[in-house]
Amino acid sequence: MRCQRCRGDASVEVRRHHAAFCDAHFIEFFDRQVERAIEDERMFTRDDRVLVAVSGGKDSLALWDVLRRLGYAATGLYINLGIGEYSAESYRKTAAYAGAHGVELLVADIPHDYGMNVEEFARATRRVSCSACGLSKRYLFNRVAVDHGFTVVATGHNLDDEAAVLFGNLLHWQTEYMARQAPVLPSTHPKLVRKVKPLYRIAEREAAAYAIIRGIDYIVDECPNSVGAKSLLYKEALNLVEKAAPGTKQSLYWGFLERGRPLVTGQDTATLRDCAHCGQPTTTEVCAFCRMTERAAQQMRVRREAGHAAPDQRGGAAGEAIATR
Amino acid sequence: MKVVIRHQRREVEVSGRRRVRDVLVELGVNPESVLVIRGSQLLTHDVHVADDDTIEIRPVVSGGTP
Repeated sequence: MRCQRCRGDASVEVRRHHAAFCDAHFIEFFDRQVERAIEDERMFTRDDRVLVAVSGGKDSLALWDVLRRLGYAATGLYINLGIGEYSAESYRKTAAYAGAHGVELLVADIPHDYGMNVEEFARATRRVSCSACGLSKRYLFNRVAVDHGFTVVATGHNLDDEAAVLFGNLLHWQTEYMARQAPVLPSTHPKLVRKVKPLYRIAEREAAAYAIIRGIDYIVDECPNSVGAKSLLYKEALNLVEKAAPGTKQSLYWGFLERGRPLVTGQDTATLRDCAHCGQPTTTEVCAFCRMTERAAQQMRVRREAGHAAPDQRGGAAGEAIATR
Repeated sequence: MKVVIRHQRREVEVSGRRRVRDVLVELGVNPESVLVIRGSQLLTHDVHVADDDTIEIRPVVSGGTP
C-alpha cells in the first residue's frame, strides 16, 4: 500500500477517507484534523491557557503532544484515582512524558485528598466504578481549572468514544444526554470552564497510530474496572459495522452534530447554582460529587466504629508516592 | 512467525509467509480494533509477514470514561 502523498510505503490506512499514509504524512493528516476541529468549533486560540486532562493513555497523551507541537499553551492535569498498580503505571507514563518534554503537569490526588479511592466512592453510592470515576474526573477537571485560572479543559475523547456514547444514548433514547453531547461544551456559569474535545475528528485507531509513530510510551492495558463496560460493547458493535462499511462511525457522529443535535438542543434546560458545600456549579443544592464523597466518608466512619479496619489504599498506587501538585 | 496478542496476553505461532490481513482473519481479530506492529513499524494489512518475523497485535479500544 502506498502513501497517497509521497507514494512511499504506507504505515497507516485510513479507510474512512479512502487513504493511506506513510509515518510523516500520517502525522500531517492528524495535525490537520485536530487543527480543523479546533478552528471549526472555535475551541480555543494560541492565546488561551489550555488544561489537558491526561490519563497516561494513548488519546490524552496524543492530544497533549499534538497541542504542544501545534504551539498551544497546554498544561497537563493527571488525576490519581487510586486504582492500584493501574494508577501507578498510568502516572509513571504521564510523568515520564511531562519530564521528557519539559511541560507542566498538575496532579490531583483523590486518595490523598479524600482518604479513599474511586472504587470506594462507587461502593458507597452503589454506582458502577466507571460512573464514580467519570463523576470524579468531571468535577476535578473543572475545579482544578477554575482554581488555576484556566479557561478551557481539553479531553482526549475521540470519534469512537463519541460514536459509542451516541449509540448508547440512541438505544435508550436519552435525548437529554444527546443534547449535551458536543465537541464544545460552553461555559454557562462563571465557575464552569469550557470543555472541548479536539480529537472528535480522529478515530481511536488513528490516535493509537499517532502515539506509536511519535514514540509516545502510553499505558496499553485497560483499566481493570472497565471490564464489562457498556462503552466497550458499543465500540465492538460499531467496529463490526465499520469493518464492513468504513466511515460508519464518522457518519453516525458527524451526522448527529449536523442534523440530529439541532433536533434535541434545548432539552437541557437545567439552571446552575453554587453547591452549598463546595461552591462548584451544580443543578442541585449539594453537587453530586459532594454527595458521593460525603456518603462514602460516612460509610467509612460507620465501618471504623464497628471495628472494621479501613482498607489500606492511601496513595492508591501500590504505595508509590504521587508527585506534588 | 510469532504473533504477540497484547490484549489477550498470549503469543501464538502462525506458520508460513502471509499478509497481515490473513493473520488477523486466522486469529479472529477485527482489524478495526487493532494495530499491527513489527519492531517499531506499523504495518498496513496488505504487508507480507515472513516466517521468522515477530509481530504485535495491539488493541486500540479503551473503555470506561476516557
